[in-house]
Amino acid sequence: MKRLLDILAPLAIAALLLAGWEGAVAHWQVPAYVLPAPSAIAKAFSVNFVSLMQALASTLAVTLEAFVAACVLGLATAIAFSQSRLLERMFYPYAVILQVTPVVAIAPLILIWVGFERINLALVIIATIVAFFPILAGATLGLKSADFNLIDLTRLYGASRAQTLWRIRLPTALPYLLSGMKTAGGLALIGAVVAEFVAGSGTATGLAWRIVESGNRLEIATLFAALALLALTGVLIFAALSLLEWWLLRRWHESAISAS
Amino acid sequence: MITLQGAAKRFANGVQALEDLSFTVKRGEFVSLLGPSGCGKSTALRLVAGLLAPDAGAVRYMGGKPEIGFVFQDHTLMPWADALTNARLPLDLKKLPRREGDRRAAAALARVGLAGFERAFPRELSGGMKMRVSIARALAAQPQLLLLDEPFAALDEITRNALGDDLLKLWREDGLTVLFVTHSVSESSYLAGRVLVMTPRPGRIAADIALPATRDSRLAPATIEAQRLISGALHTAIAT
Repeated sequence: MKRLLDILAPLAIAALLLAGWEGAVAHWQVPAYVLPAPSAIAKAFSVNFVSLMQALASTLAVTLEAFVAACVLGLATAIAFSQSRLLERMFYPYAVILQVTPVVAIAPLILIWVGFERINLALVIIATIVAFFPILAGATLGLKSADFNLIDLTRLYGASRAQTLWRIRLPTALPYLLSGMKTAGGLALIGAVVAEFVAGSGTATGLAWRIVESGNRLEIATLFAALALLALTGVLIFAALSLLEWWLLRRWHESAISAS
Repeated sequence: MITLQGAAKRFANGVQALEDLSFTVKRGEFVSLLGPSGCGKSTALRLVAGLLAPDAGAVRYMGGKPEIGFVFQDHTLMPWADALTNARLPLDLKKLPRREGDRRAAAALARVGLAGFERAFPRELSGGMKMRVSIARALAAQPQLLLLDEPFAALDEITRNALGDDLLKLWREDGLTVLFVTHSVSESSYLAGRVLVMTPRPGRIAADIALPATRDSRLAPATIEAQRLISGALHTAIAT
């Protein structure tokens, strides 16, 4: 019953807002190029359904590839850091610099280096840079958080570094890694959108480009439809990763147990 | 079985934990290392285990380094693994085949009274049961020397007494050698065959008290007499 309310309450608010929006647009006769009514957006969505879905597929592909690349690179870097303090001291500052430099500023450079004939690769690289840091930070912290006594125990039994990593450090890091992944999932989408914006006309085929294009043509209803699709995608990515987190931690971690 | 000779240990923060610490534990003994908090008991235990190296002096094992089981004050279990997997950890690290590991880990769990709890996760177990899993893990590798670092300090008295009796039984049945770090006089007086009383930091041995073997209960006159002896020695050790 409480669950049902959790779902119904936000839906009721959405319905109320949409009805108000529809009514307000009709009442004050707001021009469609300023604010289209929800019904007009729905119509634009159904008219452009195929092209919007193609654009979504393009953006989603970049997002997922970047997310996977960020997970693999972030975890691998964190593992390397956990094995050598020197390596961590040498390279962590550069990871931070990469993180704090606005990606919009680096993106044109990457596009030039990679080349417009390989635009997809360039987009994936840009989105990967955006999504990389939370994975690295989460995994690095997690790998360091292993119980000292458990580490001592592995030493007592003559375990190799690889055994300690696999049996103790990685499982300890899992909740931290998953938390980083939840942030990174959303960032990969943002990175993909930013990359498309920077890549600009003629080359990009994703949702972000549809937004730019619709804006230029004053097809504000289509713009809204693309925007709604982007927001929905972000929510779905977050929900999928939350589900993965719950499933992996449900037997042992406090966060998953209190949530279920 | 093991001898510490003039062992000293200073930590990176400048604290001199141990100075000229010497003692011997013979095969089959149940020795309790007793001292006030912060006297370096745990450090001494880590030296014996080979987890720390002494700055001066030596740790010698007679007849080669024995197989060692270590039980910490906290249960130190892996929260992501069930009781069987936790007890199997030493065997996994020694790359025993999985089936053999499972068999031995299950046997170790059964010995500490946890048959039927193989699939339970640590968070589903009580404090005493978690400590039992921890002891089963130490037993799984069939150690000759069992080192315990205030293993019952975080438990209530009833659980503590039950675990103490179980430990005595395991010691008798397996012919283990046990070195038991504690700050509890009553625990030492009942469990140990010999009590090493340590001074406050830097820790040295202040007294070496052999106790009669005939203490069949916690309230036996011999146990009470042992408590009186140990308390006296501890008092002198702290006062000097």
